[in-house]
Amino acid sequence: MKFLDEYREEKEVRRLLAAVERRVTRPWTIMEICGGQTHTLIKAGIDRMLPDELTVVHGPGCPVCVTPLEMIDRAIALAAREEVIFTSFGDMLRVPGSDADLLGVKARGGDVRFVYSPLDAVELARANPDRQVVFFAVGFETTAPANAMAVWRASQRGVDNFSILCAHVLVPPAMDAILASPDNRVRGFLAAGHVCTVMGYSDYEPLAERHRVPIVVTGFEPLDLLQGVFMVVTALEEGRFGVENQYTRSVTREGNLRAREIVEHVFEVCDRPWRGIGTIPDSGYRLRPELASFDAEKRFDIGCVAAHESTECIAGEILQGRQRPNDCLQFGVGCTPEHPLGAPMVSSEGACAAYFQSGRLE
Amino acid sequence: MCLGVPGRIVSIRRNEDGLPTGTVSFGGIRKEVCLAYVPDATAGEYVIVHVGFAISKVDEEEARAVFRLLDELGQLSELDETATDTT
Repeated sequence: MKFLDEYREEKEVRRLLAAVERRVTRPWTIMEICGGQTHTLIKAGIDRMLPDELTVVHGPGCPVCVTPLEMIDRAIALAAREEVIFTSFGDMLRVPGSDADLLGVKARGGDVRFVYSPLDAVELARANPDRQVVFFAVGFETTAPANAMAVWRASQRGVDNFSILCAHVLVPPAMDAILASPDNRVRGFLAAGHVCTVMGYSDYEPLAERHRVPIVVTGFEPLDLLQGVFMVVTALEEGRFGVENQYTRSVTREGNLRAREIVEHVFEVCDRPWRGIGTIPDSGYRLRPELASFDAEKRFDIGCVAAHESTECIAGEILQGRQRPNDCLQFGVGCTPEHPLGAPMVSSEGACAAYFQSGRLE
Repeated sequence: MCLGVPGRIVSIRRNEDGLPTGTVSFGGIRKEVCLAYVPDATAGEYVIVHVGFAISKVDEEEARAVFRLLDELGQLSELDETATDTT
């Protein structure tokens, strides 16, 4: 396919690898913060091809994985209600809650449906006026314009039986939290190309300045990632910091202004708890007060959910890049994609799933 | 979750909500995509699609950037090798 295959050419990958090797003189740790990039790195084996001096760690780049357990338990409670059609992207359906997952609710008769686009959930609400359709709005900035449009259309067309369970998270505050941590090892970042396609990258400039790190907005194919690594390493070796853009075929500094406008119209920034990390100030979106009637947590009395985390899962350490999936004692033993203990083993973007699917058991 | 796939716009129309909508081909597989966020996109152009929404147009000129870098690096390493050969 055009704009995909040409960025996977092995010959070009090797040339770029050789260029990275020529640049590196010292050890550096670089973090990517996007599940799609994690998968390309591991599947193509790029992390193993890089020179020994370079360590690439995976940050909390999987929105499904950082969605708090309490939120998944709330989703499960909503999905079990008789009047509710619960809709979600497919990734979320098998994420374990405290006692069940959404697919389990479906097996017990709950009306749980997977949708391709949030607009499909609005359509479903229009087609079923006597039911309540709830959409699980999980995602980074990339997904916010789609979810914002769904709420906006529902509000414009009076689709009152539509609501969202909102667990939106924002990337720059999480990067800030990682860089501010006293035991931080990360010296440079690959920023997620599609997050920046929507939001642009001006928000990353003060971050790069404050922590004196290079941040390179990077795409998702092997050549993109290697060019991103090449640019970060070049900046590190030359003692430079600041934001650069590798993914210029999709990203501009200001992002997609029309998308940002609707996001701003529908959502406001709020504090959010990140699973395995804790609450990060100003790191999420919630609906603006004038659209609060579309907030499923306000529409339904979900009651109290008492979430209890698996004591064996080290997802929090993995999401912060402190440990690798195959450092976990349960990896591939008590935790597999069929019987996951934590979200990173379930989501197609989770680091544990990436390692497992690529046979990285040791 | 942030998976975005490049596809070519085959045709554009407005859906019943008035939203610009396009048929987008992903290597032959066609899907309906909301084009509200790429209002100046035209049929034949490539867009990056995420959860049924086009979030950007692919800049065809910029799409060659990595290959320009590779060419430059290739020329540099040839210069290096020439330099090494003559010393």
